[in-house]
Amino acid sequence: MALRRQIRVGSQWMYADEAHKALREALRVMEDEKAAEGHGGHHQSFIRRYVFSTDHKWIGIQYGFTALLFLLLGFCLMILMRLQLGWPGQAFSIMKVLGESRAPGGVLLPEAYNQLGAMHGTIMIFLGIVPLAVGAFGNYLVPLQIGAPDMAFPKLNMASYWCYFPGGLIMLASFLAPGGTAQSGWTSYPPLSVIASQGQTWWLIGMVFLITSSLLGSVNFIVTIIQLRAKGLTYMRFPFFVHAQFVTSFLLLLAFPPLEAAAVLQLMDRIAGTSFFLPSGLVVSGQALANAGGGNPLLWQHLFWFLAHPEVYVLILPAMGIVAEIIANNTRKPLWGYKSMVFATVFLGFMSFVVWAHHMFLTGMGTTISAFFQTTTMIISIPSVIILSSLFISLWGGSIRFNTPMLFALAFLPMFGIGGLTGLPLGLAASDIHLHDTYYVIGHFHYVVAPGTIFAMFAGIYYWFPKATGRKLNDFWGKVHFWVSFVCINGIFFPMFAQGLAGVSRRLYDGGMQYAHAKEIASQTNPFMSICAIGLLAAQVPFILNFFYNAIAAAMGRRDEGLGSNPWQATTMEWTATTSPPLAHGNFEVLPMVYRGPYEYSVPGETAEYIPQNMPLAEPAPRGGSLLPATAVAMREN
Amino acid sequence: MDAHASAGHAELEIPYNVHPRPDTGLYNGKLGVWLFLASEVMLFGALFSSLILLRTGAESWPRGYEFLNVKLATFNTFILILSSVTVVMAWSHLRLGDLKKGRIYISATVLCALIFLTAKAFEYSHEFQEGRFPKTNNFLAIYFTMTGLHGLHILGGVIVFLYFLGPGAKMWAKEPERYTNRIEIVGLYWHFVDLVWIFLFPILYLM
Repeated sequence: MALRRQIRVGSQWMYADEAHKALREALRVMEDEKAAEGHGGHHQSFIRRYVFSTDHKWIGIQYGFTALLFLLLGFCLMILMRLQLGWPGQAFSIMKVLGESRAPGGVLLPEAYNQLGAMHGTIMIFLGIVPLAVGAFGNYLVPLQIGAPDMAFPKLNMASYWCYFPGGLIMLASFLAPGGTAQSGWTSYPPLSVIASQGQTWWLIGMVFLITSSLLGSVNFIVTIIQLRAKGLTYMRFPFFVHAQFVTSFLLLLAFPPLEAAAVLQLMDRIAGTSFFLPSGLVVSGQALANAGGGNPLLWQHLFWFLAHPEVYVLILPAMGIVAEIIANNTRKPLWGYKSMVFATVFLGFMSFVVWAHHMFLTGMGTTISAFFQTTTMIISIPSVIILSSLFISLWGGSIRFNTPMLFALAFLPMFGIGGLTGLPLGLAASDIHLHDTYYVIGHFHYVVAPGTIFAMFAGIYYWFPKATGRKLNDFWGKVHFWVSFVCINGIFFPMFAQGLAGVSRRLYDGGMQYAHAKEIASQTNPFMSICAIGLLAAQVPFILNFFYNAIAAAMGRRDEGLGSNPWQATTMEWTATTSPPLAHGNFEVLPMVYRGPYEYSVPGETAEYIPQNMPLAEPAPRGGSLLPATAVAMREN
Repeated sequence: MDAHASAGHAELEIPYNVHPRPDTGLYNGKLGVWLFLASEVMLFGALFSSLILLRTGAESWPRGYEFLNVKLATFNTFILILSSVTVVMAWSHLRLGDLKKGRIYISATVLCALIFLTAKAFEYSHEFQEGRFPKTNNFLAIYFTMTGLHGLHILGGVIVFLYFLGPGAKMWAKEPERYTNRIEIVGLYWHFVDLVWIFLFPILYLM
């Protein structure tokens, strides 16, 4: 800064930044004293503070912990499936955790494989990634980045978590239902799902809880962003992450209710004996079904994909937001094409509502509709390419810091690129005929979601961990985590493209060994992919230890004293306007004002390497020199 | 405001909770309820779309007016419209600072809602007596699902109104404006529930 601002405190003049520091110190001392008293002004009971908390930061942490546990669980289900796929029919002692009814003698039964498949998808998407991306990162960061004291509706925020958590428990409990849990895939296509065992009903009820949770969350996010943003924070000054969360919230708000409607209809089919999704003349196990019939299984698919396609963007947009923040920070440059990225995001959100039936090209819905949806699908690839290209070009000419968050963010770019580009042949109705329901599809969306979104989540965890705890995660073990994960995850998913092109269908209990055309490639690739999956599990061990070691140390009050509030020298307000971790109550000592755009790194003509969003614009230099002694400035202001 | 803040020290002062933000012209709750109603539009929109799809795909479709009680449903339609008027009256009296009249009109709204639900219960039990159940055919399935879901929305509204008549009314003493806002918000929701019925009635009973 060319000039240091001064303010008057009592009768004394102080530099503004020093006064700020002193005020912060005074507040901390007061808080410590109150905490020592035990019944101070902000004292809350343990339950109000840590269980039914209304503080967005703690709710974000609750969401984060729960979602990470679910991600690990969903991953473990996948490991069991990969064991079966790699070495079909072999007994593994680890399978015995599923119980005698699912894996007698450690050999997985086909119906148990279906259960694992359905629950892997459900847990990863609805209980893992969405709560982590929106519930955890969004909750913790959006109010801090826009300078808000909390979310607009703190109690609704709490209710949102307490709908999500029981929803997750219901999903878990469904494993204990007679006949096992849901086994009709995460898409729950009827008529199979309607005639499936009781676990499907639990699945539907669990979904109703999860939908309610995301509805409460999305209303809260939109109102918070529109109403509580700081003075001076215009829409084009938002950090890109806030834009991503904003559009994501609209998708959650408008796309989830149709699934709620669909869930109600399927519940009616299962419980009240209606036939919304059951066509006439259905024969199950050689017996005609007693239902009235006349329903339409395609109706479910339309309602489901009306949700589930925007859901894909719910999975990817927050990840893009995280990656954009980290890339701008670690290239020490503004994002290239920030405005076009913002408009692309909004356009992407809008278009995501009119592409859903590209999941249904082979259902017989007709070529006219297919032509429409393949056109919109090609159009929606444009904004994704704009965002990805802008992020790539942002790297140009930057002096990049290759720390752990940046490595994960950089890996996101080509991985999401592979995922996105392999989607194009699926979006064209003609080439989809060959590829539909093969391993190619699985490879495609896992590239988007696993080394794409989940890597972005890891990047975000490494990047914002100091924000929440005041400690940095160990960089060496972070890099070990990154490189092993990166190699293994490609080893799992890349062979899937080859399998799919060779015609290996998805959802096969033996990975295709029973088919002559698939036998060769399946036996060549599946064991390798399964070994990579186990390697990926092993790669998470350093992360888990690193995470818990530092989280527990932080909880015990051991802060990294040399770290400061802004360890990455960032410009956005979650770092520059408050301490790390922020005040428990209200985030900021004084609500900040915003004077600048989000990424003022390496601004030409400025002496500072980066300028925080809440740094006032420098006053025009007084005549006679750009730097006056402090007393002279004080006199001038007097 | 001070009294409120000290009463529950967990409470945090959220900006624009009561007064509108100048550049958006909205207070938080009002924006929130409009967004919630947008999601409700999507919920009922999906159900209406399902109805259209099932009906256009059906070989034969029962006509509601041939066996449903159209007269009672017409009466119910007027009752709901009346309740929308009373809830506006309640809000406008609260705006003028008259809690007593405001409460009378809120009570009238609740009474209308209860009349509606009672009439609906008569209709349902009549259908059951005649052997018409959700599983009988797809018309009755969608009829019971949609009117049932709508009925649940009415019931939710009744519970919220009763809360504001009872324990929720304490807020009036300290923060009359906030209380008035809350009635406005639940009023917006109530109009929406009313509007859903305006669509349900002709589609299920008359067409």
